[in-house]
Amino acid sequence: MNLDAKIPAGPIADKWTNHKFDMKLVNPANKRKYTVIVVGTGLAGGAAAATLAELGYNVLNFCFQDSPRRAHSIAAQGGINAAKNYQGDGDSVHRLFYDTVKGGDFRSREANVHRLAEVSVNIIDQCVAQGVPFAREYGGLLANRSFGGAQVSRTFYARGQTGQQLLLGAYQALERQVGAGTVKMFARTEMLDLVVENGRAAGIVVRDLVTGAITTYAAHAVVMATGGYGNVFYLSTNAKGSNVSATFRAYKRGAGFANPCFTQIHPTCIPVSGDYQSKLTLMSESLRNDGRVWAPKKQGDKRPPRDIPEAERDYYLERKYPSYGNLAPRDIASRAAKEACDDGRGVGESGRGVYLDFAAAIERQGKDVIEQRYGNLFQMYDKITAENPYEMPMRIYPAVHYTMGGLWVDYNLQSNIPGLFVLGEANFSDHGANRLGASALMQGLADGYFIIPYTLGNYLAGISRDPVKADGDSFKSTKNDVEVRIAKLLGSKGKRTVDSFHKELGLIMWEKCGMARNKAGLTEALRKIPALREEFWQNVRVLGDKDNLNQSLEKAGRVADFLEFGEILCADALTREESCGGHFREEYQDQGEAKRDDEHFAHAAVWEYQGEGKAPKRHTEALTFDEVHLATRSYK
Amino acid sequence: MGWLRQTTDSSIGGKLIVAVTGLAMVGFVVAHLSGNLLVFGGPQAVNSYAEGLRKLGALLWVARIGLLVMATLHIVFAIKLNLANRAARPQAYAVKTYRRASFASRSMLLTGMALLGYILFHLAHFTFRATSPELAALGEYEVYQMIVLSFQQPLIAGLYIVSMLLLGLHLSHGVSSLFQTLGFNHPKYRSLVGSIGPILGVLLALGFSSIPAAVLFGLLK
Amino acid sequence: MKLKLHVWRQKDRQSTGRMVAYDAPNVNPEMSFLEMLDVVNEELTGKGEDPIAFDHDCREGICGSCSMVINGTPHGPSKGTTVCQLHMRHFTDGQDVHIEPWRAKAFPVLQDLVVDRSAFDRIIQAGGFISVNSGSAQDANNLPVAKGDADQSMDAAACIGCGACVAACKNSAAMLFAAAKISHLGLLPQGQPERRRRAINMVKQMDLEGFGNCSNQYECEAVCPKEISVGFIARMNRDYLSSSIFSKETGSASKSED
Repeated sequence: MNLDAKIPAGPIADKWTNHKFDMKLVNPANKRKYTVIVVGTGLAGGAAAATLAELGYNVLNFCFQDSPRRAHSIAAQGGINAAKNYQGDGDSVHRLFYDTVKGGDFRSREANVHRLAEVSVNIIDQCVAQGVPFAREYGGLLANRSFGGAQVSRTFYARGQTGQQLLLGAYQALERQVGAGTVKMFARTEMLDLVVENGRAAGIVVRDLVTGAITTYAAHAVVMATGGYGNVFYLSTNAKGSNVSATFRAYKRGAGFANPCFTQIHPTCIPVSGDYQSKLTLMSESLRNDGRVWAPKKQGDKRPPRDIPEAERDYYLERKYPSYGNLAPRDIASRAAKEACDDGRGVGESGRGVYLDFAAAIERQGKDVIEQRYGNLFQMYDKITAENPYEMPMRIYPAVHYTMGGLWVDYNLQSNIPGLFVLGEANFSDHGANRLGASALMQGLADGYFIIPYTLGNYLAGISRDPVKADGDSFKSTKNDVEVRIAKLLGSKGKRTVDSFHKELGLIMWEKCGMARNKAGLTEALRKIPALREEFWQNVRVLGDKDNLNQSLEKAGRVADFLEFGEILCADALTREESCGGHFREEYQDQGEAKRDDEHFAHAAVWEYQGEGKAPKRHTEALTFDEVHLATRSYK
Repeated sequence: MGWLRQTTDSSIGGKLIVAVTGLAMVGFVVAHLSGNLLVFGGPQAVNSYAEGLRKLGALLWVARIGLLVMATLHIVFAIKLNLANRAARPQAYAVKTYRRASFASRSMLLTGMALLGYILFHLAHFTFRATSPELAALGEYEVYQMIVLSFQQPLIAGLYIVSMLLLGLHLSHGVSSLFQTLGFNHPKYRSLVGSIGPILGVLLALGFSSIPAAVLFGLLK
Repeated sequence: MKLKLHVWRQKDRQSTGRMVAYDAPNVNPEMSFLEMLDVVNEELTGKGEDPIAFDHDCREGICGSCSMVINGTPHGPSKGTTVCQLHMRHFTDGQDVHIEPWRAKAFPVLQDLVVDRSAFDRIIQAGGFISVNSGSAQDANNLPVAKGDADQSMDAAACIGCGACVAACKNSAAMLFAAAKISHLGLLPQGQPERRRRAINMVKQMDLEGFGNCSNQYECEAVCPKEISVGFIARMNRDYLSSSIFSKETGSASKSED
């Protein structure tokens, strides 16, 4: 497997500028002769489709949602980072770059991260020009807030709906191109496979989710921006439809899957309330600025929180991390909550929860101040749980939130399959082992608006302009594979529902490969998952037919992929014998702190599919750190 | 003139016509009421007012034709919009609850049609005096006598009072609504705009009804 | 608690549908409405009956996918809430619950509770954007925007495009949706160059899609999960009428201008 990252030569600050000049261009008159498929309409996909069409390419854009505006980027709350230094507080491109590499626990590629920091400033300009209503000061200039993992205020925001507003900006740009006829939009259309012809990505196979029609589309290049795989855990903060299928299908056609074990758990989510639970809701991290996290000292203490005296409460974050206290990073806060619950000191009916208490803050600053800061979040919490956080401490628990791993890409965001480009959360590149808050939106838009338009042109300039056709043998055989699989899912006529398999898989993943992992657990998971997969294909019940809207069939296909993918995730976690960022191996710790092994694991692990029933092959891309020196994070 | 056609064919343009014609007719109704109230000043006041109106000559005809055009446009566009509205929801809900829509707003078509019927009767009654030979026998400017004679009949008085209540109901939504349609609404004035219709509706209904009521109770004779 | 559900079932776009009654015997008050339907669907699948199809995705009230009329009210009885955040504690044991899809000519039913809302996308295509290509923007702070305007613009931009406004309106009008976008962009200095053209083209497309007219009953505002104000409809009317009557802009099908 060729894992040449193609990082341009020269000083880190000049790499992207030089590279932009060195790349080949496509003559404006020739651009329309190239057809580009873009899968996904989130920040990365929507921005890419719109921008490529503005440049003149002929774009086919696909999404499984009923409208491109519903992609899951819309749910991001907090904000988007950019090194504008509008606050004059010492921010710079280099500082954003530095914070991101360090925050990612030294498992990302320096050159990519630096480019991300460079274009971050253009993103804000672009979004403001599009009419994104960012928060402003009375003087009319843009407001900023601070966010975890940084000592400067560089986060731009639009109330608690930043993701929504940025996505609507991209969506509007996209719809403008759809109206102009330069983008052909296929909503309610799901990518089910990638077509590789003569070693190049040549097209995709899709299912029209309304009519059930299976169709192939050919293109000069395929751009995938299909999001993350957090739903392999069943319960996560991801949308219900978010899935791994597109990237996993590409993996099975030869694309390398990098660092699947790098998953991010967010510490402040509303806990699970019962086995009917279908998804988890995030409460903004900012709550930890004023809330104190605690659990009862006594095991199985069922008293209402207000009846537990001060002396019988364990403010465990303040106890363990006196200097950072309740503001310890996401991974550390998450694991500490798990420890308390594993110890039998969890609260709420399920025992999987800890308190986030505002009583002290309300007493100190008054209810009004707290209401001003967090009113909308308190209201949301109340809506979901019917508990008033002004009176009762919130109950919180960590939940899967983001996945740093994804398809391997080089500096040009091209996978190891020529012509297949991967953007946003779907790729692995920029966040290493842990993503900082407000950086996901930045990466998605950077990839879509400012990187792929250049690097894709460079690729296209080097290939034939001849029209493409979706009638070659590989198109036929790939389409046939898809049809056979659908027939198999519908023909199984078993007894168990798709959701029951998904829940069971999720439980295995969460228990054995969640916040804390160890060899025994991962080995057990690697034994259980294939057995569950076996049962799935024997005993799943998918009703309805293939030629109609069939939500059970959609889910079944996605869960079938999760059942295979979960195994790779666990295998990756098992082979990465170190703890870094979101990946915590209990064997590799220093009194509860993650212990990185830079000597053996300063690399991206890239998995290559070897065929049905064969173990995938692990490759590595070595990571070098010339600008940011390797150091251990400490928050004590 | 393509723009005119495009505008009047549009949903908002159609609403504009209903609003503007409605506003013009509200103006007429207010003027009409102020004239009518002269009846409380005795026969001399109201009769000479009627005479003055008649002497406007050509101007009176301009007003009459104007009103006719306004009423016609109001009705034609209201019906046109209503048909489009019906077509926009071919399948009704099995269960439908309203959260905010007022009774007045939900009965605009009905009150509107009832008012059209009333106006036709009113014209036949007082303008053409075609409903009873007694009225026809009165002198041209004997308006006071005509009013008293008519409203001494409880049936006629009741019909007028009911119609004026319907007018009030129609305007209680219509007047507030026309501000919104014309774009004159804003969080700052919202409560004012919302209450101006009901207030005007009540005032007009009371004002107009006061005359048949006064006759009925023997205050005017 | 137990509920009696009456759900609109329709096989596909061509078929005629009907209300079908189901028992929901195991409802936990802590469930969301969609989780209640998940449980019913698991039971239906167990019995070999096709599960009820409904649109949903983020389940945290922001994607705008979920769309059902519950006992005559889009998104159900809680104010400012989407169905996915509506919890069963707002219902009572033994209650009859009628669940229907959005009803509008412009939103044809595709299956059960799933409707086609692509008409909204086409309204945006007609002008719901600012024509600025990627890479050509000036520095963001070169263009100050009064905080009040930015806040008001954000109020309008909060629209999630769910279509509850259409579903609630007796005329199936899309005025609140169109007005929210016209106002979001029209309130910002960036949106001024295309303001007139945008208003004319979006209204034209809205009419073309077969949405009804506004009767100013404000049911849309009452059910809007983001509580978007009908004041924006007044603003749209103002923009549309002034553009139609006082400007040379006639609007057109929006074509590429690059």
